[in-house]
Amino acid sequence: MEYKLTFREYNKSLKTDKLLGLKCNNCHTITCPPKMTCQECASTDLEVTELSGEGKIVTYTVIYVAPEGRENETPYAVVLVELKEGPWIMGNLIDIDPARVGMELIGRQVKLGHKVFPGDKYSDGDAARPLFSFAD
Amino acid sequence: MRRVAIVGVGHTDFMFDSPKTEVEMFAEAAMDAINESNLKPKDIQAINCGNGLGDFSEGQIMMQSYIADDLGCFNVPATRFEGACASATIGIRDAAMWVASGYYDIVLAGGTEKATAMGTPLATRTFAMGHDSRYESPAGMTFPGFFGMLAHLYSSRYNISLEKLKEQMAMVSVQSHEYGVRNPHAQFKKEISVEKVLSGFMVASPLQLLDCCPFSDGAAAVVVASEEVAKKLTNKPVYIVGTGQASSGKMSAQYKYLPRIRAREVSVKQAYDMAGLGPEDIDVCELHDCFSIASIIAAEGLGLAEYGKAGDLWEKGEMRIGGKIPINISGGLKSKGHPIGATGASQTYEIVKQLRGELVDQGRQVDGARVGLVDTLGGDGIICNLILKAD
Ligand SMILES: [Zn+2]
Repeated sequence: MEYKLTFREYNKSLKTDKLLGLKCNNCHTITCPPKMTCQECASTDLEVTELSGEGKIVTYTVIYVAPEGRENETPYAVVLVELKEGPWIMGNLIDIDPARVGMELIGRQVKLGHKVFPGDKYSDGDAARPLFSFAD
Repeated sequence: MRRVAIVGVGHTDFMFDSPKTEVEMFAEAAMDAINESNLKPKDIQAINCGNGLGDFSEGQIMMQSYIADDLGCFNVPATRFEGACASATIGIRDAAMWVASGYYDIVLAGGTEKATAMGTPLATRTFAMGHDSRYESPAGMTFPGFFGMLAHLYSSRYNISLEKLKEQMAMVSVQSHEYGVRNPHAQFKKEISVEKVLSGFMVASPLQLLDCCPFSDGAAAVVVASEEVAKKLTNKPVYIVGTGQASSGKMSAQYKYLPRIRAREVSVKQAYDMAGLGPEDIDVCELHDCFSIASIIAAEGLGLAEYGKAGDLWEKGEMRIGGKIPINISGGLKSKGHPIGATGASQTYEIVKQLRGELVDQGRQVDGARVGLVDTLGGDGIICNLILKAD
């Protein structure tokens, strides 16, 4: 059985600031990032849907010790965002001074953009990641 | 299913920059376990070897085959178990199942790792391979980052101020170092203070240096045998009475359930049910404290503390010897060290020693311990639990 939405298609779309997910025709849950089956009921009766890219920060961290090759990006903020449509996705947060942010970030409304991680010798090519900025 | 026991254990020193190879470290721990079992290499019928990152640290895959040969366990089936930091625990669990099934009578299981050979940048990169490489690593996710996010989420979910939580987290690290000082195999034999934890450099907020376990080299191994064989070999068999294992999706796919790790709750329930025991029966526990907050989250998932309350128990000394439930009396990953592929075998070694009553001289014996729990977490959600019981 083929994926309704592969990483490659999701990635291509995110590079145009369009966030794709999967809507379950069985339980109506939205799954994002995409998987073979619905996040909640494991149904394969899914259809591709475009998400708003709007949501709120549920948690964050500011990274000071980076993986090899990304040392010059530190410090940077990684956030988990609960999208309006339900799922959580991981990305980076911009428009802040990472060294000064704290718990007040949790609950802030954000909107999605993107930035491409060019990949390294251990990754299979590049990957766009969500880049969030404040919407409130 | 037959009853299964651990009949011998071995453990190298855990350290930075080991002069030994991963094969050598495993073989040294394994030969100690074989000797302690009153066995010879020819008696070992199969080998399960946990290893996370040998591909990167030594450019070595399939080391399990060379381990079998080095040990003189010629041509036995040898299998590598890769479950990130839980690699050895799942290897021991599978060894127990093979023996329980009757297929083998005697299996050697353990793990080895030489993480410090990679240096911090590459080690940080390869440890981050325990996240989803397509959907989460591109954001620059690191392993401390995962637990940093869980710490902030924990603070907000349970309404505990970050300041208060950080103090409790620091107390977890302080306790681990206190016991690590008395563990001859520990990487750090040095006491620390809450002030020192709170003044360390930031790794991934809110986790500072001493909230984090180190990169480590080392190995540990155990010999698993059927009850019938065990009784002939030793008068101190330690039985594997319950096991559990469960997996998780990537961090974002675990969404609403976080900061709880559902896989841990699934896994430990399997182990409790199989053993016919519950959290109240556990006398001593080694749990996966890769970060200070990880201890708090683990204790709750294992049923050893109420959700949102484990930090209070550390603060009150309830996780020490003499407290409600002694946890990480080895010094834990924090002070003993965390050679990831070996960690589960090291935790198992510690519980076996506790249940045999062999830690009196080291000043860290839990008096009268009969039942012990092992908890290991790999990446962002492979969990394996073992419940061990003295005869
Ligand atoms: Zn569904």
